[in-house]
Parts: sequence; structure tokens; C-alpha cells
Amino acid sequence: MPFELFVALRFLREGRAQTALIFAGASVGVAVIIFLSALIDGLQASLVDKTLGSQAHILLRAPDEAARPLVSSPDALVQVVRPAQRLRTIDQWQQVLRLMERTPGVTAVSPSVSGAGLASRGTASRSIVVRGVEPERFERIIDVPSKLVAGQWRLLGAEAVIGQKLARELGVVVGDTLRVTTADGRADSFLVTGLFDLGTQEVNERWVLVPLRSGQTLLDLVGGVTTLELRVTDLFGAQALAERLSQRTGLVAESWMTLNAQLLVALQSQSSSRYMIQFFVIIAVALGIASVLVVSVVQKSREIGILKAMGTTTPQVMRVFLIQGAVVGLVGSLLGGLMGAGLARFFASLATNPDGSPTFPIQLDAKLFLTASAVAIVTGLLSAVAPARRASGLDPAVVIREA
Amino acid sequence: MKPEPVLRLVGVTKEYGEEVVTRVLHDIDLTLEQGEFAALIGPSGSGKSTLLNIIGLLDRPTSGQVLLQGQDTRGLDEDALARLRARTLGFIFQFHHLMPAFTALENVMMPALAERGWPDERMRTRALELLAQVGLKERAGAYPRQMSGGQQQRVAIARALTMSPALVLADEPTGNLDTGTSAQVFELLRHINREQRMTFLIVTHDPRLAQQCDRIIEVVDGRIVSDRREPRRSG
Ligand SMILES: Nc1ncnc2c1ncn2[C@@H]1O[C@H](COP(=O)(O)OP(=O)(O)OP(=O)(O)O)[C@@H](O)[C@H]1O
Ligand SMILES: [Mg+2]
Repeated sequence: MPFELFVALRFLREGRAQTALIFAGASVGVAVIIFLSALIDGLQASLVDKTLGSQAHILLRAPDEAARPLVSSPDALVQVVRPAQRLRTIDQWQQVLRLMERTPGVTAVSPSVSGAGLASRGTASRSIVVRGVEPERFERIIDVPSKLVAGQWRLLGAEAVIGQKLARELGVVVGDTLRVTTADGRADSFLVTGLFDLGTQEVNERWVLVPLRSGQTLLDLVGGVTTLELRVTDLFGAQALAERLSQRTGLVAESWMTLNAQLLVALQSQSSSRYMIQFFVIIAVALGIASVLVVSVVQKSREIGILKAMGTTTPQVMRVFLIQGAVVGLVGSLLGGLMGAGLARFFASLATNPDGSPTFPIQLDAKLFLTASAVAIVTGLLSAVAPARRASGLDPAVVIREA
Repeated sequence: MKPEPVLRLVGVTKEYGEEVVTRVLHDIDLTLEQGEFAALIGPSGSGKSTLLNIIGLLDRPTSGQVLLQGQDTRGLDEDALARLRARTLGFIFQFHHLMPAFTALENVMMPALAERGWPDERMRTRALELLAQVGLKERAGAYPRQMSGGQQQRVAIARALTMSPALVLADEPTGNLDTGTSAQVFELLRHINREQRMTFLIVTHDPRLAQQCDRIIEVVDGRIVSDRREPRRSG
């Protein structure tokens, strides 16, 4: 063991109560940081998860038709005519789809047609959104299979998978037939193969998922799609990517971030309050470590004087105290990591939802522990700087004389 | 060719204070040859400790030169002084000044450890030898608080010898011990001096101990007022 580490560890051991105090302080600090992060990360992840449970990360659609002035004769009134509310399809969508698939950062692409309609069974009817999709592509955007509450995820020929709430309102169960009529009067019957709960009321009571081809026929858009839905790797980079995609394709690209602006503001304010709390925790811990180390420098000034009289250099004395700070940070991050993880687990187990999942989901990962440890060690080191300077500045002649 | 003296002071003066300047040492010239065993005596406040600290490179003179083994120490920075101190000087203080967190053996190894950075087997062996020399081989693993005052002072002596210093400076090494123990510790220093021809400069208030040294330097009011060599007694 090198000289400085050896002396540092002995000094810490000698300081018993004081050392225990700063170890405890650093541990509690790390525990708070870990606990808070686990809780807020968990909360945010579950919020985002819930939101994105029924949403694509990026949506591409054809631009709205521009309102164009209609001029009938030179001196006639200029009339501005808005085109009728008509579903617009994406030009050459297969090519766009292939382009998207080759775009780095995009992990899945799913084409779909969507339009308004009416679902009826017997005398009951509800207004719905018909969504024609390719199931194996769609499930990579929205994980319907894992969110089925009845039946199975299958869309072959004239089959449909619908929201749980819609099924209840229409009195439909798996195996029943449902009649879907669109605005311009086209109609078709579908066998209900599955019911889903995507976590959003609106979706659960309105979505009717049908094969892409059936959707195209119903909505009178044979061969066309109205939207391309994308999943991306960098969730919070979705908006930036959407803007780039929009420029490249001339299509309208909206990310989940613009569609859920309020959620994003909430996430940001959560994050900033968490950084604030963590900042003050770090400051408090650093001050604690620094003041205890300063006291120990005063207590050990005679020993430091002897070390210097024996030929220990100023940088060596500095390092003895810096190492003490780093050791405090290291021990704090180990103990605090355990405490924080334990606390977070305990907290999560306190309240659970009816389905057994925690009401306060927590998210603990290696990165969090590594970050917290790095912060703790750097904090320990920095808080030891002032005590270390003080120790290394001691004049051995004065110290020995005053013994 | 005559070897360089272990220590040479040329016109060393020490003043304290900025506004009210008190001159504690006046124009001191002093030479110690290798193997000398010298006592530094004088009334309290006469400047003995100040002189010893200057010789020990713990303090700088206001003017004058300190040469250790012929090397001028003016112009050396703190760390160069620290290294020179580590290699050429050993200190023994009145209050032993052992480090309480370390065992006797570790205390004795400390100067070598500080100098080389990492412990090695040679260091350990040497420290054990020194402890044996001061009669404390059995107490190698003991902490200072587990030892008597005399034992602690003997550990401090072993520590001062670790780096085989050219000059050992002792400031009232027996001042804190009872008469019997004091005589034993003094005997030990004398023995090491004879055996290894190591140079000693010892501050003492005890005239009987001073009488047993080869040379007695007396300081009064910051000036050397007498410097007598005693005829060498046979050991
Ligand atoms: N840092 C200082 N500042 C001002 N004056 C000092 C300082 N150190 C020592 N002195 C003064 O220098 C003089 C010599 O002190 P020193 O400690 O060298 O005496 P001493 O001979 O060792 O005395 P003693 O036998 O009591 O140990 C004293 O008058 C003391 O007050
Ligand atoms: Mg003195």
C-alpha cells in the first residue's frame, strides 16, 4: 500500500466517531440521491410508458391541402375555398417506408390508414376510429399483444381487435361479429378476435384495429396509407429527428413530444426539482465532510508536524487528506447505494396497484449507481481540498514547539 | 583531505517579529565534525530550540548560512528541504512525538516509507533491527499508548535512526523522563554514537548528562558563550 493511502486509512481509523459520522453523512447523501432518482426515474418512465403505450414516437402524414384562392373572373370576388375534409394519403408511401427503415435511430415503421366510422352490433352503435394496420409491423410500434385482455392478436381477412371499453359498451365478446360503417356509407363485418387495454380511455373506447387492406377498402383509399408511424431509439431526441424527417420527405412529422407538450413540461419540472434537491444534498454532505476533516487536521497537527519534520513533502501531506476525502466518498457510495436501493424497494413495496404492480414504480440501474458513486467520490475529494491545504501548510517548527 | 564537517553554521542570525523585532540568535558560527557527541546547554529562552530548528531545516535563519555535509541550504525550496531533511537528519523530541495510530514498528518505518512511497521487506527488516537495538524487539506490534514513556522515547530514537542520518538532533530527549529512565535513554544515544560514529547534537538542561558529552556548547541570550571539548572518556 502506498504511503499516503496507508497514513490516510490509519488517520480515518483513529478518528472513530468522526469517521463514522462522515461515513454516515456521505452514505445518507448517496442514499437520498439514489432513492430520489430511482423514484423520479421510475415515475417518469411509467408516465412516458403509459403515454407511449398507445402512441407512436413519430407520426408522418401528408401535409394539409393548402387553401387556394379560386378566381373565376378578373373582377369577380376572390373566394377562398377550403378543400373538403378528406383523408389524404402519403405519395409513394412504400418508398418513404423503405427510406425510414434505413434511417439510423428508427427502429420500426408501420403504415396505417385511419378514419372515422361507426361500429354497431344489434341496436347498439358507437362512433369509432377505424385503423387499418399490418399487425406484425404495428405491434412493434404499439405492443398490443402484451396488452390483450381477451382473445388473441390476430388480424387475418375480416378480423378485428378492439378496445375493451368499446366491447363492453357494445356488448361484444371475442368471437362475435361487429359491423363497421364509414362516413361515406361503405360497410363491412369483422370477427372480433381480441380485446385490448392500452391504458388510455379514449383509445379503449374508440379504436377498431383491422387489416390494412380492409381498412383501405372501407375508407376508400385502396393502396394508400394515411400515416407512417415510427419508433425510435432516442426517445427524447424524437422531436429533433421528426424535424429532420419532415425536411427530407416533405411530409408532416409530429413527435410524441409535441403531441404531449404538457407531459413534457411536467417531466422537466420534476427533473429540475430533483436536480435542485440533489444539489443541496451534495452541498450539505460536502460541508459536513470538509468540517470534520478540518477538525481532524487541527487535532492531528502535531502528527502532521512530525511527518513533515521527518521529510514528508507538502504534496504527500496534501494527498493524505485528499485520499481521506475520496475514501469517505467511496464508502458513502457503497453504503449509500445499498441504503438507497433498499429504501426504494421498500417504498415501492408499500403501495401496490390491484394488479400487483407498484403504485410508485422505481427504476434502479447500474448507471444510476455509477453516477452516484462518481458524484460521491468527487464530492469527497473536493471537500477534502481545503483541509488538505491547511494540513500541508502547517509549519512543523511551530507545531513541534507548541506540543 | 579532511572530510566535510557534518554541520557548519556561518553567521546565523534569527529575528522574530515584523514591527517589534526581537533578535533571538546573534551571528552564530558553529561546526560539528563527524562522530561528535555534543551537548547544547543554556538557560530557558536562550535560543537553543530555535538554533536546533534552524539546523534541522525546520526554520530558516534571518541571515547566515547553514551547510549540511558541505551543502549550502540557502535557496532550496520547501520540498527540497524536506527531502534533504529526510536523508541527512534525524529528530528526537522531548515529547517523543510518536504517531498514536501506528505501531512501534510502523512508526520506525515511517521516514523510509515516506521517502520511498511503498513499503518493502528491507524497510521492515531495518526497522526491526533498530527496535532490537533499542531493546524493544518484542514490542514491535505495540501502539504508543501501550508503552511506557521511556519505551516510547526509545521507539522515537529508533525512528530517528531509520534513514541512517548523518546528524541526529535531540531537543531535551530525556526532559520528560524520570532520572533512571533518563540515564538509560542517554546511554543508548551514547552507545549508538560510539558504535556507528553517528553525530549527535543534544539540547539538555541536565548538567550531569551534559558532563558526559564530548563537547558542551553553551548559549546565553542567543550567543555562544562557551564551547568546551571534554577529554574523551573511555567507554
Ligand atoms: N515563533 C516565535 N516568535 C517570536 N518569538 C519566538 C518564537 N519562537 C521563539 N521565540 C523566542 O525566542 C527565544 C528563544 O526561544 P527558544 O525556544 O529557542 O528557547 P530555548 O532555549 O529552547 O528555551 P527552553 O530551554 O525553555 O526550551 C524566546 O525568547 C522565545 O520567546
Ligand atoms: Mg527549547
